[in-house]
Amino acid sequence: MTFETPTEPGTARRTRRARSANSLTRSSGLGLGIALTWFSLLVLIPLALIVIQSIDGGWETFRLTLTNPQTVSALRLTVEQSLIVTLINVVMGTLIAWVLVRDDFPGKQLLEVVIDIPFALPTIVAGLVLLSLYGPTSPLGINVANTERSVFLALLFVTLPFIARTVQPVLLELDRDVEEAAASLGASRFVTLRRIILPALAPAIAAGAALSFARGISEYGSLVLLSGNLPNKTEVASVRILTYIENGNEAAAASVAVLLLLVALLAITILQIITSRVARRG
Amino acid sequence: MASSRVQPKTAGTYVRRVIVIAYLFFLVVWPVSLVVKHTFDGGFGNITTALSDPVVTDALRLTVYVAIWAVVINTVFGIGVSLLLVRYEFPGRSVLSALIDLPLAVSPVVVGLALLLAYGGTNGLFGPFLNSIGFQVAFATPGIILATAFVSLPLVIRELVPTLQEIGTDQEQAARSLGAGPWATFRRITLPSIKWALVYGVVLSLARSLGEFGAVKVISGNIAQQTQTATLVVEQKYQDFEQETAYATSFLLTLIAIAALVVITILRPKDKSDGN
Repeated sequence: MTFETPTEPGTARRTRRARSANSLTRSSGLGLGIALTWFSLLVLIPLALIVIQSIDGGWETFRLTLTNPQTVSALRLTVEQSLIVTLINVVMGTLIAWVLVRDDFPGKQLLEVVIDIPFALPTIVAGLVLLSLYGPTSPLGINVANTERSVFLALLFVTLPFIARTVQPVLLELDRDVEEAAASLGASRFVTLRRIILPALAPAIAAGAALSFARGISEYGSLVLLSGNLPNKTEVASVRILTYIENGNEAAAASVAVLLLLVALLAITILQIITSRVARRG
Repeated sequence: MASSRVQPKTAGTYVRRVIVIAYLFFLVVWPVSLVVKHTFDGGFGNITTALSDPVVTDALRLTVYVAIWAVVINTVFGIGVSLLLVRYEFPGRSVLSALIDLPLAVSPVVVGLALLLAYGGTNGLFGPFLNSIGFQVAFATPGIILATAFVSLPLVIRELVPTLQEIGTDQEQAARSLGAGPWATFRRITLPSIKWALVYGVVLSLARSLGEFGAVKVISGNIAQQTQTATLVVEQKYQDFEQETAYATSFLLTLIAIAALVVITILRPKDKSDGN
């Protein structure tokens, strides 16, 4: 799994694009039409209906839902834990990418697989997996089940690959000559890190952080078995939405869902801005 | 190349290495290995018990069926959209390119709710009409396929777009100028050069499709032996105190996930992974 920030088609490789870009032919236009129809039916219309539903319920439903203490507490917990986990990922993800690129030891290939496990493992299994080491029967004697820490742990697990995988390709591309030049001009290792390496990695770290945060606030599956979904204690935003759906209150569900949707849009916008800025610089 | 990237070993190298290995061990390796251990606590008994439970086997069958449909849909859609995004110029292209990533960032529960609002049998936008022509989407297999296709939608495209940009159009133009039609050009020139990226994207989509939980839970209605997928069985069995079956089913899903990752690690071009 790589999370290389995809080169945005419009900005990357302008010279080659200038030659390769075609305006639509009749058959490709038809293809675009079919693709857009499918994409609208599957993604755009259903997501737009959430926005419509939340407005439809009226401002009062929206206000009541979002001032409901249980919802407020769920949203606060979700955002808090996602922020903490993203901060940890900024440090650990960068460190993991660093070790994968700059270090070399037997079994390094194995780490490549291990990092992707949280992405490939079904989320419900992820919860079960964490429960077996950090649950009531923990061989370590650490039991986080049904506490706030379980939310933290689950998010830490599912967001593990994001920053590591966005930073890794950038670090691979990074020119060692510049670092060596800085060192030969008398820069200390810390100064080289701060002035040369981190600025080069910053866009990738930011892109990975956006993905990590978006994933964190939207997480559901890994928490089901682990957190116990206790109201006002371990209940996250997604669980709150599900409760509203199960109670048949789709308007309230949509009100909370719209908030999550906004954060998701914000995350991919940040991703897009960073990607096109990097492409322009390159 | 590798030697220029690998730094001279200092104390810091070993400190970093130990921190990373310990972190991954406690967060991933140990917990995952415990599920394997729990599964084989009494030999192969748990696996055979699980596989003789019709609730489990029906769910596994449904999961595979749904995943295959979702992967086929996403592969066809993915190839088409990737070619359009890279090879053609049209208004709104960069907006489409950004929106394609949206399913990666949306909560599975929100995906389920969105599909319910569109395809729900009584209140959905299209649901009542589709029902009237005898096509039930929500709380039935088509709904599960839609949810699964939704969450794994960007994976093929994210692999294909960079590769298509990389290979350029010189060979395709040469083929076209020598008289090859668009389909022959695609099959003989484009497809072979994007083959590995495509396989990579398909394996990722398959792994993601087999494991979807939240979106499927909302749209499927979670009816045992009808609309219950493998991940939903894990939840139900665990909560019904049939933990052995839950562990055995989880083990099967873990096995598939890790097998997918191993395939991907083998396929990944070496210059991407370690610079050798």
